[in-house]
Amino acid sequence: MKIFRTIKVALKALGRNKMRTFLTALGIIIGVGAVIAMVSIGQGAKKEIEKRFSEMGTNLLFVRPGSREFRGRHGGGGSYDTLTDADAQAIIEQCNLVQYVSPNVNTRVQVIYSNKNWNTSIYGVGDKYPLIRNWDIDEGAFFTEAQVKTGQKVCVLGSEVNNNLFEGMSPIGQVIRIKKIPFRVIGTMKTKGEAMWFSQDDVIFIPYTTAQTRLVGINYVQSIDVSAVEGSDTAEAQEQIEELLRIRHKIAPGADDDFNVRDMADIQEGAQESTQILTILLGGIASISLLVGGIGIMNIMLVSVTERIREIGVRMSVGARENDILLQFLIEAIVLSLMGGIIGILLGVGSSKLISQFAGMETSVSLGSILLAFLFAGSVGVFFGFYPARKASKLNPIDALRYE
Amino acid sequence: MSENNTIIKLENITKTYDMGETKLEALKGITYTIKRGEMMAIMGPSGSGKSTLMNIIGCLDKPTKGTYYLEDEKVSTMDKNRLAGIRNRRIGFVFQNFNLLARTSSLENVELPLIYSNVPAKEAREKARQAIKQVGLEGWEEHKTNQLSGGEKQRVAIARALVNSPSLILADEPTGNLDTKTGMDIMEVFKSLHEESGITIILVTHDPEISDYAENIIHIRDGLIEKEDRR
Ligand SMILES: Nc1ncnc2c1ncn2[C@@H]1O[C@H](COP(=O)(O)OP(=O)(O)OP(=O)(O)O)[C@@H](O)[C@H]1O
Ligand SMILES: [Mg+2]
Repeated sequence: MKIFRTIKVALKALGRNKMRTFLTALGIIIGVGAVIAMVSIGQGAKKEIEKRFSEMGTNLLFVRPGSREFRGRHGGGGSYDTLTDADAQAIIEQCNLVQYVSPNVNTRVQVIYSNKNWNTSIYGVGDKYPLIRNWDIDEGAFFTEAQVKTGQKVCVLGSEVNNNLFEGMSPIGQVIRIKKIPFRVIGTMKTKGEAMWFSQDDVIFIPYTTAQTRLVGINYVQSIDVSAVEGSDTAEAQEQIEELLRIRHKIAPGADDDFNVRDMADIQEGAQESTQILTILLGGIASISLLVGGIGIMNIMLVSVTERIREIGVRMSVGARENDILLQFLIEAIVLSLMGGIIGILLGVGSSKLISQFAGMETSVSLGSILLAFLFAGSVGVFFGFYPARKASKLNPIDALRYE
Repeated sequence: MSENNTIIKLENITKTYDMGETKLEALKGITYTIKRGEMMAIMGPSGSGKSTLMNIIGCLDKPTKGTYYLEDEKVSTMDKNRLAGIRNRRIGFVFQNFNLLARTSSLENVELPLIYSNVPAKEAREKARQAIKQVGLEGWEEHKTNQLSGGEKQRVAIARALVNSPSLILADEPTGNLDTKTGMDIMEVFKSLHEESGITIILVTHDPEISDYAENIIHIRDGLIEKEDRR
């Protein structure tokens, strides 16, 4: 009954100074909203990457030249040509946990069809590549093992290349020139979409053997994609491959490998590091707005403190007890923070939805950011609303009345 | 402890303001007894300690030394919460500068003491209307504080002081911020309150015309009672 009465008193006090109430709530709203929206962008990027990786399949392994120390990106000097076609062959034949392999030889060249030019990535791969990558054929067919073995000049187009060169016409059976060499189009791939910063569909697949001899002029392979048997432990498959290659490459016990095998988790880790940085960056910007919001709340509370302390004096002079005052101001602060917090959450979630809709970025609102922002803004609101009141409630009524 | 018709008994009340290096003795030992139902005035030059004394009588401040009995209860040793109760039920205070809640209606201002004595909302509203009528402000219930003239504000303040039927109304220069005519109107309100309900009223004033309303005047100088002027 008494608390109900005090809630009424507090609400009336908030209603009496709508501008102050509004401005204080605004500080909380902006702070909370900004944090939620910003963090949702970072989280969205992270989710997006995770999604891409899980689409690729979790049983993927990548064999690259160069020791693990170099993270296999470009390897150390001279260690670039250590992987061969025969290694890939041995892996599929001798490692029983390996299902498919695809040696890779990639390059980037100019492609011509009639009067159209297109600069794109050429992926020289094995016939099992679509199976390894879970990537379906749209039209026609992927090249066969026989076509790979004999180094046929056939190609399969990614959807973006297809659109750019053929503009809706069927490309099957047409001949395009890759580095001036004619290739027959035998199939097209389904659209895979953007992978954060590049289009996965801007690509042409050809047999890796053809790429070796006709385009790049090497007799080794740049990397080998491997998929482990469904349901098996990729770590075990990874060990099998490592063991096999060490023997094949005659690496003495204790010496550094001249290759490295990584699984999706390793690669995902690297990608996540960069989204982590993005999240931290955005979180930092958001924290600043939270701080500014907090300072706003503080200012408004402190500016009105004289008036509020006089009010406390008036209330005490007609018989309010210390607890009546404390409860009133606590309720005021809580109501204000709750109100601002809830509107801020709605605003943050809403703008994150808008961002994902209109900027085409994936966003993901996290509970953690909601709680963090809410708690911070809430405690700033409660502290600065409540603390001066607490001090004032300890004064003699006459000192509160005379406060300047 | 004392005979029944005594409402206030002050014994050697002193108040010293400690201002760091210097100490200021605003009250130097006031001993006085006030009878129930009296209308009394306190006069004296500026800085003589009138307000200081009023604030102590009104339980807005505590004496440094001395004993204060209000209706036979020893107020000078009570804790904050009991003092709040005393202010709420026994004392109505009228200030020179009104001290109303800003941007708040007359009615809500007058209701304020009732809120803190847990009077049910409906009854509180009724009592507040009654008090507003009593000070001649009928029809001004919904006006906000800032829409009122000085005289009207002071009437609201008086209504607030009497709404909880206190035994004592204290007024520190209630006409100090008003012109002579309005001041006299306010004094008529006090006078009729006094005559109708026999409530004890103590007021501080510089104005002899105002103190003419009182049955008893004490003069204070330098924190001491200089003389008493009973009519
Ligand atoms: N809070 C305070 N701190 C320090 N000194 C004070 C305080 N309040 C009052 N005084 C001093 O105590 C003395 C008495 O003040 P008080 O307000 O009681 O005078 P007064 O008789 O009401 O004067 P006036 O007629 O001008 O209102 C003054 O010298 C004043 O400066
Ligand atoms: Mg004074």
